[in-house]
Amino acid sequence: MELSEGSAPAAVVGEHEHWPTYEVFVQKKRGDQHVHAGIVHAPNGELALVLAKEQYARRGYCVNLWVVASANVVATEYTDSDIFDSVPSKTHREAVDYKVKEKINNYIKSKKERT
Amino acid sequence: MSNKVAALKELLYKMADDQLIIGHRNSEWIGIGPVLEEDIAFGSLAQDKTGHAYNLYQLLERMGEREPDTIAFRREENEYKCSHFVELPIGDDYAFSLARHFYFDHSESLRMEALKKCAYPDLAGLAAKFFSEIKYHTFHANTWVKNLLNGSEESKARMTSALKDTLPYALGIFEAGPFEDALIEENLFIGEEALKTLWIERISDTLKPLGVDLDFSVDAKYGGRNGYHTEHLQPLLSEMTEVIQLEDDKMEW
Repeated sequence: MELSEGSAPAAVVGEHEHWPTYEVFVQKKRGDQHVHAGIVHAPNGELALVLAKEQYARRGYCVNLWVVASANVVATEYTDSDIFDSVPSKTHREAVDYKVKEKINNYIKSKKERT
Repeated sequence: MSNKVAALKELLYKMADDQLIIGHRNSEWIGIGPVLEEDIAFGSLAQDKTGHAYNLYQLLERMGEREPDTIAFRREENEYKCSHFVELPIGDDYAFSLARHFYFDHSESLRMEALKKCAYPDLAGLAAKFFSEIKYHTFHANTWVKNLLNGSEESKARMTSALKDTLPYALGIFEAGPFEDALIEENLFIGEEALKTLWIERISDTLKPLGVDLDFSVDAKYGGRNGYHTEHLQPLLSEMTEVIQLEDDKMEW
């Protein structure tokens, strides 16, 4: 097997230094989302894939693996996590909060009673 | 026993013994591998090899041989049919084990591809099952070998020497057995000579673009297929059978 795209040259690090990390994503079946599984240390993307296979796709189903250099991930800061604070109180954003839910439940109930 | 059955058993024994012994050798890296992720990956590959050996021994059992544990752990050293290549100790340079993994798994990949067409359906089925696992094994080997040959001066030098030094042993994989003609006539297998030709083509196609030009005319290390082994096999067998020996000593757990 070969990868569809080549890989960058391997990173060379000194003794007692670590290779960079890659984020690993596992897809359980075609069409599913790739789900983050963990990280591996590797000198380039190609070797990251080689190593990720045995760390994260050794048990259970997997049809496709992604690795992304951790350095390429753009993230929020934990000091700014207050921007998410009010989210749990906004239940109107969730389907279960709709008033119609009650009507549906009543309808289901009445149907059950009739049969 | 017909010639056909004898030939098939001979083939299964040497294949299984190679897998068992290389699986044991590669597992010796567990805990001391070069980096954690590679330690886990290589250990996992070693486990696959032991699994392949077990499946092949099971096939032998179905053909009337003894049960897998007995075959694996209770034979005399000269009853094993593994090649000298798989017996060699791992030493302290990972490049050696990578070179062995690279050579051996390409031979396995081609062997299984040929055996998918084996006239004995049980073996053809196993070969198809092993083939997809070996696809990852060769991908793992190729990726390491390529990156080390394209890496620093030191990695290139160490990988190149390991590939050159192990070549005579790798060629020993293809030592002819006593039933080559029967295997070919009965459409069981293409034979070691044909396999070697395919292997040389595959290895040189992979290594030449990476700047390693090998001389395949070197003398191969033969003997294993006839039960003649290096001094390294017996110590390995003694260690491998330590636990089963305790059983014989009526050890209570």
